[in-house]
Formats: sequence, C-alpha cells, structure tokens
Amino acid sequence: MFEQILFYFFAIVAVISAVNVVAGKNPIACAISLIVTLGALAGVFVLQDAHFVATIQVLVYAGAIMVLFVFVIMLLNLGPEDLDKEGRFTRLKGVGVLFAMAGAALLIWNFADYSAAMARIGPGYGGLEQISGKLFTEYIIPFEAISVLLMAAVVGAVVIAKREL
Amino acid sequence: MVSTSHLLILSAVLFSLGIAGVVIRRNAIVVMMCIELMLNAVNVSFVAFARQMGGVDGHLIVFFVMAVAAAEAGVGLALVIALFRHKATVNLDEVNLMKG
Repeated sequence: MFEQILFYFFAIVAVISAVNVVAGKNPIACAISLIVTLGALAGVFVLQDAHFVATIQVLVYAGAIMVLFVFVIMLLNLGPEDLDKEGRFTRLKGVGVLFAMAGAALLIWNFADYSAAMARIGPGYGGLEQISGKLFTEYIIPFEAISVLLMAAVVGAVVIAKREL
Repeated sequence: MVSTSHLLILSAVLFSLGIAGVVIRRNAIVVMMCIELMLNAVNVSFVAFARQMGGVDGHLIVFFVMAVAAAEAGVGLALVIALFRHKATVNLDEVNLMKG
C-alpha cells in the first residue's frame, strides 16, 4: 500500500514537471523541470527494485547530461527577444498535438487491462553484482560498441563545435 | 506492488508529452530536452518489463540507452552551439537552409 502511494506521488510529480518542460517559456525553467522529472523517475525505478538504474539515472542523467544542458543555455545567453520567437500555435502544431494525444489514448487503452504474473525475485535483484555479471559476459559486445560510440561522439562534438573547421 | 500496466501508462503519457514538445516547441535546446524525456519514458517501460520477467536484461538495455542519450546530448548541443555561432539563433523556424 505504502509502495502504491509512493508510486503515485512520483508518477504525478514526473508528469506535472514533464508538462512544464513542454510548456515552459524559459529554457532554464524547462531544464530544472526536466531534472525534477528525472529525479521522480529515479524514485519509480527504486520502487521497481532497479537500484543500479536509479543510481545511474541520478548520477549520469540528472547530474552530467543536465549540467551540460544548463551549461549550454548559460553559454548562449539568450535574451528576451530570442525567447519570444516561439511562434503562434498554428493549425499544423495543433494537428501534431492531437496526433500525440491520440497515440497516448491508444496506448493507455491498450495497457489499461494488461496484466501478467509478476516473477519472484531473489535478494540482490537489480544490484551491482547481478548487472555487472551480465554486462561483462553476455553483453560484452554491445558494451564495447557503446565505448566506440562514445569515442566517436566526443570526436564529433569537438569537431562540430570548433571555431573554424 | 505496482502493476506493470500502471508503469506502461506512465511511460505512454511521458512519451506523448515528449512528442508534443518536439512538435510544438521551436527552441532547439527545449526540443532536445523533449527527446531526453521520450528516451526516459522508454526506460520506464524497460524497467517495468524487467521487473515483471524477473531478469536484469532490461536494466542493461536502459544502461545502453543512457549511454546513447549522453552521446546524443553531446553532439546535439555541439550542433546547437555551431548553429548559434553561424546564424545567431536557436529558433528552428529560422534554420531553413535546406528547405525545398
């Protein structure tokens, strides 16, 4: 019961701050709202016994990636005249939002009566030992591919953001 | 115990909000934040199904998704900086060089 209340609390916080990300005027306010969403989702992950994922969510997502976002927003230093260019709510945008809402309704309608038996989990589920045991044996090739991807991304980011190419 | 369907509904709501944000926002940085929101919605689904199946393979895929999101954020923000340097704007409506 307590778990349910916590889940609803985290879910409502996540959705409200996600709405603020989409609707917020100021990019910094959007970034702070996104950090709140990520923190609430870390709480949801803990309730699902995904302790390692929740830790990484806070450290990497809310910590590193969002700091990068805030850093870039501060670096660009957009004035009020840049922020007012958001544009009117045209008919095409309305159609897009309508499609997104229709997709959400379809998904919710399909998921609402989804039920399957929960597997029994042993102690240490979602912990560092289990995750790393699988990561460095069964998933070693994707892991190495990810390291190559990160290397390529670092080189690409440096080349793209350099002052003269 | 929270049922899987509740988590899937949370995931669907967050993903749709992300899509709506990508469609209606014109600020490039906010559009990238909405993409991060969609990636996180998918992570919620992966964790929910991993818990239901009782394995940790879903957690590993979430780990990989986060690494890809980090790479995407790095390159994307570099693109935003390059764009701002050349056109002094981050408004996507004004970036129409390749518009037919």
